[in-house]
Amino acid sequence: MSLSIDADVVVVGAGIVGAACAEALSAAGVRVVVVDRGAPAGGTTAAGEGNILVSDKEPGPELDLAIASRREWPAVLARLPETVADVEWESKGGLVVATTDPQPLEDFAAAQREAGVDAQVITPADAFELEPLLTRAVTAGVYYPEDAQLQPVLAATALLAAVRAGGGEVRAGVTALSVRRSAAGRVIGLETNAGVIRCSAVLNACGPWAGSFSKSAGGPIQVLPRRGMILVTAPLPECVRHKVYDADYVGAVGSGEADLQTSTVVESTRGGTVLIGSSRERIGFDDTIRVRVLRELARKAIGLFPFLGDVPVMRAYGGFRPYAPDHLPVIGPDPRIEGLWHATGHEGAGIGLAASTGRLITELFLGLHPHVDPKPFRVDRPAVLSPAPAEPVAARTSGGTS
Amino acid sequence: MSPFLRSPEGDPAQPHPEDAVRIVVDGEPVDALPGQTVAAALMATGRDSWRTTRTTGRPRGVFCGIGACFDCLVVVNGIPDVRACQRTITPADAITTQPGAILPHPTLASEQPRGGTLTPSDASGGGVVVVVGAGPAGMSAARAAADAGVEVLLVDSGTQVGGQFHRQLPQEFHAARPERLQHNWTTFTRQRDRIATHNRITHLAETSVWAIEPGTAREGDGTLRLWLQTGAADAPGRRVQAVEAEAVVLAAGAYDRVLPFPGWDLPGVYSAGAAQALAKGQRIGIGNRVVIAGTGPFLLPVAESLLSVGAEVVGLLEANRLPTILKGWLTDPLVALSKLREAFAYAALLGRRGIPLHHGRAVIAAHGQDRVEAVTTAKLDRTWRAIPGTEQQLEVDAVCVGFGFTAQLELAVAAGCNLGAGPDGGPAVVVDANQQTSIPGVFAAGELTGIGGADLAAAEGQVAGASAAALLMTSRQAVAGDGRSRPAAAERTESKAAVAARRKVAKGKRFAVALAKAYPVQSDWQSWSDESTVVCRCEEVRRGEIEDALDQRDVNGMRSLKLTTRVGLGLCQGRVCSRTAADLAATRQAVVRADYSRPVAQPVRLRDLADIQEEM
Repeated sequence: MSLSIDADVVVVGAGIVGAACAEALSAAGVRVVVVDRGAPAGGTTAAGEGNILVSDKEPGPELDLAIASRREWPAVLARLPETVADVEWESKGGLVVATTDPQPLEDFAAAQREAGVDAQVITPADAFELEPLLTRAVTAGVYYPEDAQLQPVLAATALLAAVRAGGGEVRAGVTALSVRRSAAGRVIGLETNAGVIRCSAVLNACGPWAGSFSKSAGGPIQVLPRRGMILVTAPLPECVRHKVYDADYVGAVGSGEADLQTSTVVESTRGGTVLIGSSRERIGFDDTIRVRVLRELARKAIGLFPFLGDVPVMRAYGGFRPYAPDHLPVIGPDPRIEGLWHATGHEGAGIGLAASTGRLITELFLGLHPHVDPKPFRVDRPAVLSPAPAEPVAARTSGGTS
Repeated sequence: MSPFLRSPEGDPAQPHPEDAVRIVVDGEPVDALPGQTVAAALMATGRDSWRTTRTTGRPRGVFCGIGACFDCLVVVNGIPDVRACQRTITPADAITTQPGAILPHPTLASEQPRGGTLTPSDASGGGVVVVVGAGPAGMSAARAAADAGVEVLLVDSGTQVGGQFHRQLPQEFHAARPERLQHNWTTFTRQRDRIATHNRITHLAETSVWAIEPGTAREGDGTLRLWLQTGAADAPGRRVQAVEAEAVVLAAGAYDRVLPFPGWDLPGVYSAGAAQALAKGQRIGIGNRVVIAGTGPFLLPVAESLLSVGAEVVGLLEANRLPTILKGWLTDPLVALSKLREAFAYAALLGRRGIPLHHGRAVIAAHGQDRVEAVTTAKLDRTWRAIPGTEQQLEVDAVCVGFGFTAQLELAVAAGCNLGAGPDGGPAVVVDANQQTSIPGVFAAGELTGIGGADLAAAEGQVAGASAAALLMTSRQAVAGDGRSRPAAAERTESKAAVAARRKVAKGKRFAVALAKAYPVQSDWQSWSDESTVVCRCEEVRRGEIEDALDQRDVNGMRSLKLTTRVGLGLCQGRVCSRTAADLAATRQAVVRADYSRPVAQPVRLRDLADIQEEM
C-alpha cells in the first residue's frame, strides 16, 4: 500500500486515447493517475500513421465523432505546455483518387457532404495539380481539406506531460491487475503489480488489450485486435503533399473479413519518409512480419505513385488496432460496475478520434452536456457485451512490433 | 591531402590491376579500376565526402566502411541511396553526389535477371542448411554441415567469401602476393577453395537476407522462410527470392562500435573497421596523417593495414590504461600467454615504425570545417573522464576510432531468438552447447554470440554447422519413417574434429572473457560529448534533443524515444546509435533498451518487393 495514492480516476493505458482522456479530465479539474504496463505511447499509438481523417468514414455516428474530433484537436493542442507543443500537426488535406469507375467515389463524397464534410470532387487535372507525381490512371478525385496529421507519439507524450503539469501522475511499467470494489460493488481502487491505487473510477483505455483488461476488471467487453502494417521509405524530398488514398480504402475499414486486406494510403512525414499503409488482418496478436503483406502494400503504392518503384523501403512497422464487432468505438460507463469506464475500440482511427473521446468521457464523467451523441458508443450494446467469438490462434503475443 | 590509392609499385601484395575503365563522376570523366567500390574510386581521386545530410547539409562520406552505417550514400545511374562502400563500379557508371534526400531518376533500364528459383541440388529432398554470412564463422559452418552430408546454401553480401576478417583485394587486382596482407592465409585459402569446389555447397555472393518469416511449406513446423536479394549493392532490379530452411546458421558478424564525441560526424573520421577494410580490400589510405583511437587489440592490425598502404600513423591511443589491460589479461594467464607472441609482434612493428602508443588517452574531439583538420586528445581517468590540463592538439587528416563491436542481430531477432549479454556486456544471441539458439533449428556462431574474434568464430561455426546438419539428418530419418529410436546424430560419438572444435570454442570463450576484462568501455565516454553533439548520424539527432525528450516528455522505451526524437529512425536503423542512445537514457533513469529489431533487415526497392512472384 505504500505506493498507493488517491485519485478521482485511474486511466489504464497511456496510449493516445488514455492520454487524451487523462488530459481532458485533468484540464477539467479531475485528479487523474495514468498507468501503463509498458512505456507510454509505446503500443498501438506508436504503430500508426497519425491520421486525423474525415475522408474515410461513411455517414453515421463515427463520422459525426470524427468531425467533432477534428474540430476538437486544435483546442486540445492549444492547451499543451509550450515545451512539448510541437506535435508535427499538419492540416495538409486528403486526396482520395479513383483509378476505375469514378461513380462510387463521387456518390460517397456526396453522402459525406450531406453529413457536413468538406468533400470536393475534382478532375484528374486538378488532382495532378495537387499531386504532380500521381499516376496518370486517375479517373476522379475528391479533395478533403479537413484531413490532418500529427505525430502520435509526440502528441501522446505531450498530453501526458500536460497531465503531469496539471498535478496528475503518469506511472510507466505498472500493470493493472484488477479493480477493487466496495461491498456495494462500486469501484474503489485499481489493483496493480505495484500496489493498490485508491480511486472512484477506473477508465479502461487499453486499446487492443481492453478486452483482456475488462475481463479482469469484471466487466468484459468485446474488443479484438486487428493487425496493421505500414512500410516506411528512405527519406525523400517533398514528393507527396497530401494524404493520398486509393478509393478502395473505405471498403476495408468496416469489413469483418479475417483475410488480408490492403488499401493504399501514401503520405509524407516531416522526417522526409513516405509512409505506405495500410493492411488489415485479423490474426490475433501475431506480430510476425509477413512478406505477402509488404508486397501488397508495395504494389498498391506504386500503383498510385509510380516513382516509388525505385525508392527503397527501409523499415516496416505494425501494430494492433482495437475494434468492436460492430466497428464502433466503445466510450462511456460500464452499466454493470459503477465506476468502471471504457474508452477503446477506435480501430485505425484512434489518433483522430482521441480528442473528442477525451472530451466526451469528461463530459459524461462530470454530468455535462455531451458535445456529440454518446448513445452509439455506449458500452451496453449487444455487439460489445455478447460473448467472444472464437479468436484466431496467435503464434506469439506481444505489445506490438517495431 | 586526403584519401589516396596506394600505388601498385612497391605494394607488398604486388597487385596487377586490370586496365582502368572510365566512369563519370558529377559529369567529369574519371578513371577507375575494375573491382573498385564506388567509395574507393571516389577516394582514389582524393574525395572524402560525396553527400550532404538532409537536415543541415553537412558533408558525409565513408564512416563504417562495411555497409552498416549508410553514411556513404551516393547516386549511381540516377538511383540515390546506394552505399558507396558496398557497390562495385561497372564501366560507364554515372556517379553523382547526393545532396540531402533526392528522388530517383533512373538513367539505365534494369537489366538484371528477375524471378528465377533457387535450387541447391537437393533442396527439395532432405532440406538445406542456410548459412548467413561467409566470414570465419559462416565458412566453417558451411564446411562442417556439407562435410556431414547435407546441402548448404551459403549466403553472403560480399563478392568473395571471407567476411571482414579475411577481406581480400578484388580478383580484378590480380595480387601476386595476397598473403602479405593477411593473417592465416593458408588456412583461409584451403577453406575457401574447399567451399568453392564442394558439391554440396552453393555460395550466393552479393546476396543479403532482408526478411525472415515463418515457413509456408508446412505451416507451423518451425521451418523458416528467408527472403534473399541478389545483385549489385542497393541497385534496383535485384533478384528477390525465398528459401525455406529447416536449419539456419546465423553468422552475420559485427561492426565497430564508435562512441560519439564532438566532430565525429566530420568527413575524415572513420571507424577502425573502415580504415582496415579500405586498406586491405581496396588499397585505399584514409589519410596521410592518421590517428587511431579507441580500445582493444583490434586497433593494432588496423595500424598495420594503414602502414601497408603508406599512411603515416601519428599515434595509437588506447583508452584503457596499461594496468587495466594487464589485470584483465591476468585473470586468465594461459589465454594471455597464447596471445603474447602476437602482441610482441605488433609492439615490435609499432616500435620499428616509430609510432607512439599511448595508454589511457583518447580522441575527445575532432576539429575542422568540412573535414577533419585536427583532433583534441586527452588523458583519461579511471572512468574515462578527460583529465583537465592533459589536452593536446594533433594535426591529422584522418581519424579512425573503434571501441569494440556490436553484433548484427536483426536476423536473429527476426527469427525470434533470445538475446542476452556477451562477455563485453554488449548484446549477444543466447546459444546452447550446440550453438543452437532459443529457436529450434536456428543456430548462431561468431560475433553474434559474443565478441570473441576469428578463432572462436571459426570454432563456433564448425560446431553450429555440424549441429545443424545433425538436426536435418535426424528429421530426415523421422520423415523416412525410421521409427526405431536412434540416438540423434549430434549425440553419437563425435569425430575428433568435432571434439577439437568444442575444445576450441571453450578456449575461445575464455579469450573473449579476458579480452572484455582487459579492454572495458567505461561509462564516462559520455563526458566527451555535449548537448550539440550528434548522436544519430542518419537523422542528425543531437544529444540535447534526446535529453529534452527524456526530461520534458518523460519518455520511456526505445520506441517512444525514437518516435519523439527520430533517433535511430534513419537508414541504418539505429545500428550506429541505438546502444549509445540507450546508454544516455540510462543516466536519466529512463528504461530505454537498445533496439536490434529491424524487420526489413536491408533496404529493398519497392518495385522489387512488388514484383515478387512467389506464391504466398
